[in-house]
Amino acid sequence: MQKTEIAVIGAGPAGLAAAIEAARAGAQVTLIDENERPGGQLFKQIHKFFGSKEHRAGTRGVEIGVDLLEEAKRVGVITRLNTVVYGLYHDKCLGLACGDHSEDLQTQAIILATGASENVLAFPGWTLPGVMGAGAAQTLINIHRVLPGRRILMVGAGNVGLIVTYQLLQAGAEVVAIIEGLPVIGGYGVHASKVRRAGVPILTSHTIVSAEGGESVERAVIAQVDNRWQVLCGTEQTLEVDTVCLAVGLSPLAELAWMAGCRFSHVPTLGGWVPLHDQDMQTSVPGIYIAGDVAGIEEASTAMEEGRLAGLAAAGTLCHLSPEVGEIKKSEVRDRLAALRWGGFGEGRAVAKRQIIEARCEA
Amino acid sequence: MRVDVHPILGNAPTGKSIILLVDGRPIKAIEGEPIAAALLASGRRVLRHTARHGEPRGLFCALGRCTDCVMTVDGQPNVRTCVTPARDGMVIESQVGLGRWKHLPLEKEE
Ligand SMILES: Cc1cc2nc3c(=O)[nH]c(=O)nc-3n(C[C@H](O)[C@H](O)[C@H](O)COP(=O)(O)OP(=O)(O)OC[C@H]3O[C@@H](n4cnc5c(N)ncnc54)[C@H](O)[C@@H]3O)c2cc1C
Ligand code: FES
Repeated sequence: MQKTEIAVIGAGPAGLAAAIEAARAGAQVTLIDENERPGGQLFKQIHKFFGSKEHRAGTRGVEIGVDLLEEAKRVGVITRLNTVVYGLYHDKCLGLACGDHSEDLQTQAIILATGASENVLAFPGWTLPGVMGAGAAQTLINIHRVLPGRRILMVGAGNVGLIVTYQLLQAGAEVVAIIEGLPVIGGYGVHASKVRRAGVPILTSHTIVSAEGGESVERAVIAQVDNRWQVLCGTEQTLEVDTVCLAVGLSPLAELAWMAGCRFSHVPTLGGWVPLHDQDMQTSVPGIYIAGDVAGIEEASTAMEEGRLAGLAAAGTLCHLSPEVGEIKKSEVRDRLAALRWGGFGEGRAVAKRQIIEARCEA
Repeated sequence: MRVDVHPILGNAPTGKSIILLVDGRPIKAIEGEPIAAALLASGRRVLRHTARHGEPRGLFCALGRCTDCVMTVDGQPNVRTCVTPARDGMVIESQVGLGRWKHLPLEKEE
């Protein structure tokens, strides 16, 4: 059976950062991803990042991705692509599906960095071709360079909805409107002003009633809702669109953590069911760590810092770092994480994260 | 509907031009791009129909997770076209329900 010291599952920003940090400390690291190319969601992010200089604010996700890949190669991370981790057994052995065969990989520590999946919204017509996740649209335009449609309705005014709207405009599509069920816009003000300046109306307290068409979307009906999300009769309007993008939140992709028997907590601020973890990103199962969106939906910048923390902690447990050095390095990362979880939006996540850590310690 | 020029990403990288045979009709594609992206670029959005009600389905997650985009590729049904790279001469067919194996794997071995 094949062996590795540390397996990192998922090669997005969190997994890449974790693998680099652990390999730098001297651990033997295998980084596994189901895709043909590493990078997770990072290569779709063509906008400039926020945060401070250490967080590479002003740099685009794409550029950060390229640097991480080079660094991972330099420090000797073994990368296995086109490989799905389908099982996690109690002795920390992983089941891998690669193409037409499967393999087992015996590990000593595991870092789960599997990211998130997009939430969906069911309404009459939601299965018609032309209704898709906002992430799908983002992948199409920024990676594959194909437009999902010409006239688009965006459902959801959180950061993903706002950012993908702007990127659709950059790619040459028309976004007819962004609708949001809540009375307020969920995403950052900067992003909202940008799409408004570009002429896209943001209709709050609005929902989608249906998508209509023969073999694919030809129009969508939207309507105003009251504060109990009930449609107000008579406010329906029909929009001529060929595409409906759903940006209604992300949920941690935590099946492997469930499989491993990790304890969870339901935290709406972080996207739903989140595995409990301590200050070192270790779950309730010793030797299994998590980082990035699977540990609560945040951003690429926090995902990278959590990855670094998990990488240092896992390498530390396997004695690649002295406890003193490990502690100094980890506290530096924790300070940077605290700096990122700041302000109106960050504060709520900081509180939620503290609760997760406290719950883990009591568990 | 390809995004050839882009204010941030610049011109689309040029790839090798290839031909896919889709339901008997040739379409142009770029080698290595997902089959579903090539189909979308050629204007095709319906990828399959459901078994019971014959409802159309198209690309939904583009990540290989939802299986809404499955088609029969080179005789193998249920291939996720959003994560399967296009290769020259691939034969792609829309399928109804779970589709049918063109060559049962057992027959091939004999
Ligand atoms: C549509 C969308 C837009 C976003 N926009 C922004 C933004 O503008 N700014 C920002 O800061 N953040 C944004 N985010 C969030 C940001 O992408 C994430 O916070 C960040 O990418 C999370 O990194 P990650 O490493 O945790 O997960 P990901 O980047 O999702 O990487 C996880 C990887 O693990 C792989 N994987 C999962 N399960 C398995 C398995 N079992 N076996 C093998 N591989 C597996 C996945 O395929 C993926 O490649 C966006 C997210 C989405 C979905
Ligand atoms: S569109 Fe979801 S698997 Fe292909």
